[in-house]
Amino acid sequence: MSIATPEGHTVTDSALRELADDPSSRKRFLKMLGGAGAASAFGVVLAACGEEKKDASGSAAAAPSSSSDNANDLKIVNYALTLEYIEARFYREVGESGLIKDKAVLQIAKRFGESEQAHVDALKATARALGGRPVSAPKTNFGPTLDKGLKHVLETAATVENLGAAAYLGQAGKIKSKEILASALQIHSVEARHAAALNILVGRGFGNGKGGLEGALPDGAFGKPMSMAAVLAAVKPFLA
Amino acid sequence: MASSRLVAPELGSIEIQGTTRQAFLIRATLAAGATVGAMSATPFISKALAQEGGGDVNILNYALTLEYLESDFYTKAAKQVKGLSSYENKLTAELRDNELAHVDALTATIKDLGGKPAAKPMFAYGKAFASRASYLKLANTLEDTGVSAYNGAAGSIKSVEVLAAAGSIVQIEARHAAMIRLVRGKAPAPVAFDPLSDMEAVLAKIKPLIAS
Repeated sequence: MSIATPEGHTVTDSALRELADDPSSRKRFLKMLGGAGAASAFGVVLAACGEEKKDASGSAAAAPSSSSDNANDLKIVNYALTLEYIEARFYREVGESGLIKDKAVLQIAKRFGESEQAHVDALKATARALGGRPVSAPKTNFGPTLDKGLKHVLETAATVENLGAAAYLGQAGKIKSKEILASALQIHSVEARHAAALNILVGRGFGNGKGGLEGALPDGAFGKPMSMAAVLAAVKPFLA
Repeated sequence: MASSRLVAPELGSIEIQGTTRQAFLIRATLAAGATVGAMSATPFISKALAQEGGGDVNILNYALTLEYLESDFYTKAAKQVKGLSSYENKLTAELRDNELAHVDALTATIKDLGGKPAAKPMFAYGKAFASRASYLKLANTLEDTGVSAYNGAAGSIKSVEVLAAAGSIVQIEARHAAMIRLVRGKAPAPVAFDPLSDMEAVLAKIKPLIAS
């Protein structure tokens, strides 16, 4: 398997090898996943929102915000959760498909997928901390995408990560809780990193600055947000 | 600075000459990044900005000073660093142009809000441009610090419009970080969340470094 990159294979291979081998980042990552979310960045959210929610009277555990603010934040958290379910599932199916023969490429898909799963877990916990119910995972159908082969699959991953970054950016101004905003931004920048890396790895270059969800910098110097409706329409082809 | 205590010693090689509050804050941000790691300076920044007060204009001037630093860094790197591949030269120019666009946008936004854009400090980078490796290493650390700075500042922003602008910039900083990391052979997104360190520990660590 070969991926076109501007730098040729040496750099790509070493980047991917580092992903596979770097024990310190691996350790950091596992540390974040450990402790049932308490060790994750969302521990901050949980602490702020009150983990004792289950024995509270049922109203606004997140004290300073109104119940309508809470309901709005919950809606955004569940929207983000839906997108993360789709991303995590996609990486899992790509991994299981056997399409990726190159160990290093498999490892990058696995690593990114693990991050998406960590986002799923954190967002579920956040929905509960807001006194709500996390939505369940949508039924997905990646069959047609997987059928088109490895190149298309990796390009799709690059596009979806750009979509994810645009989706988080589209909600940033709407989130009422400062803690949830901070955590959403922490995920937002990780989605952006995934997007840029994948776009470079599949040889899409910087992008033309005109949007279109293609390229490492598809919108040029300023990321462009996407509305909830536009994002949900864009992921529709992946839903069963 | 005792380099043994620094996890990102390359940040310690940056000199910032300027007397604005923002120049001071950026110096402190770099010190925090050098001590606790570029991606973990966030709690310090949010606390420092909260203590500063002065509202969105002050935060925008902090961001502007950071963008002055980054744009100056890439402008000089494009002229001085030898031995870059053609892709790395292209990348350097692209990043420089993005950072210059951020400077312009932040300057305009500050003026729109009736504020006065902070003056550009003087920057020096020690021996960072002496080699490809040292340049890319500092670029990596600066971009990670930039992501951490914006994410840390975001919670203090009052205006939804200013927050949206900061969000659209931090997304680009994160993309830059990944692209630089990739050419360095480093994981582009090493963790699932940019980590938040214990705030008191961060402050205790950076205190000795800020006195200047």
